[in-house]
Amino acid sequence: MRHFLSTTDLHADDLSDILQLADSFSEVLSRDIPKVPALRGKTVVLAFFEDSTRTRTSFDLAARRLSADVVNFSASSSSTKKGESLRDTIQTIDAMGVDGIVLRHGSSGTPSQIVPWTSAAVVNAGDGWHAHPSQALLDCYTITQHRQRNGQIGRRLDGMRIAICGDVNHSRVARSNVDAFTKLGAEVILVGPQTLMPASLEGWPVTAVSDLDEVIGDLDAIYLLRIQNERLEGPLLPSNREYRRRFGLTAERLVDLKPDAMILHPGPMNRGVELDPEAADDPRAVVTNQVASGVPIRMAILYRCLGLGKFPTPGLQETIDEDPR
Amino acid sequence: MAERERGRTPPYGGVFVARSTILDEAAVARAVKRMAHEIIERNQGLEDVVLIGLQTGGVPFAEAIVAALSDIEKVAVPLGRLDVAFYRDDLNLRPVLPEAATDVDFDINRKIVVIVDDVLFTGRTIRAALDAIMDQGRPKAIQLAAMVDRGHRELPIRPDYVGKNIPTKRSEVVNATLEVVELGEVQR
Repeated sequence: MRHFLSTTDLHADDLSDILQLADSFSEVLSRDIPKVPALRGKTVVLAFFEDSTRTRTSFDLAARRLSADVVNFSASSSSTKKGESLRDTIQTIDAMGVDGIVLRHGSSGTPSQIVPWTSAAVVNAGDGWHAHPSQALLDCYTITQHRQRNGQIGRRLDGMRIAICGDVNHSRVARSNVDAFTKLGAEVILVGPQTLMPASLEGWPVTAVSDLDEVIGDLDAIYLLRIQNERLEGPLLPSNREYRRRFGLTAERLVDLKPDAMILHPGPMNRGVELDPEAADDPRAVVTNQVASGVPIRMAILYRCLGLGKFPTPGLQETIDEDPR
Repeated sequence: MAERERGRTPPYGGVFVARSTILDEAAVARAVKRMAHEIIERNQGLEDVVLIGLQTGGVPFAEAIVAALSDIEKVAVPLGRLDVAFYRDDLNLRPVLPEAATDVDFDINRKIVVIVDDVLFTGRTIRAALDAIMDQGRPKAIQLAAMVDRGHRELPIRPDYVGKNIPTKRSEVVNATLEVVELGEVQR
């Protein structure tokens, strides 16, 4: 894996492999010295052109736990503010000799756009409405971990029914999660107002409903998307109150949710809009587990992109003249 | 000639072709038993002794030695499994085996840690294992048991317990399991 741009580039087995690798890194993180020298000497730049708390800090921690050097770069405190173009910025970073660029950008497709401008591995940390693949993987990891605690061992989500609820159209999290959940064998139902659904669901392996109460009783997990007021333009939503009444996970709806179901949210939460405080604090909520999954998953992603010993392929074997045991 | 798929066993994915059998199953069992006796003799018993098998080849030997130790001394010796992938200096040459996870669920501080591996070659795996163990605590001593020592060391590392010394060429490959130890090559 050279770059990590979208889950759609990955096969279901790749996703399972990353989840399994994250298990090894969870073990590392549980040690007294939670650090391994796997990426010693590598430099990772965190280039965040859009605000972020959890994604940025967990990529930062993940790189440090692997002994990589980390350079933080944010658009607000850089030459971008002086009008430097994205291409010039990336080429400047590249000229300093970095091994990985973790990119967060408000425009869809930016990570694949910068690939030809740099020799570094590019990791997508969220681009516009397009994709947020590390979020999707950490959500899958959170779910498999939770299932493991209930005795269901495995790196897949077979047989699960998961609803993704809210502003699907503007959500990169929804796009990546639909892809990852379905690849790993889950059934995905999209729930939300018509105005916040993609214009066409052709090619999406999902069903869509506009009534949460119709499906809530059969769910194994409900994934609540954040109402992104910064991305909503025009009269797409009557009001937050109206949204909460129809699509929010309210205290009343909690009763209908199965006792072993999971409540997920990518954060930051708008308490009282997508979900009531009672739901956020419900024992079925795994929101803090999602945050905790961020570091081992991002370690696995960085390790796969920057440190991976690949299984030798025929072309590579000329360089190995001995058993390096 | 026995041909066997080495599967995902590092470092090659090719087919191992054996040229000669060095030890059969009974001889491997005798060597394991002798190493167990040597571990007891060297440490004057098994107090504070713990075993750590290196993933993946060393683990079955570590399990066999632990079984032999409990046969002889009637005590249960703690057994851990260690994956040194994240500590290697030749990472780019090696596949990562996600299923070969580290599992050391006991405290190694002030313990005598016996590292167990199947084949001792350049010593680089052991160097990585030493770093990995040091990161987990401060053992009283670290000793090394290898089923096969095939020479060609690149680091100042020597084994304390050896199942079998086998003179080899660098290009050769040793396959060591509980069933058989054989010398051959990997055809790609």
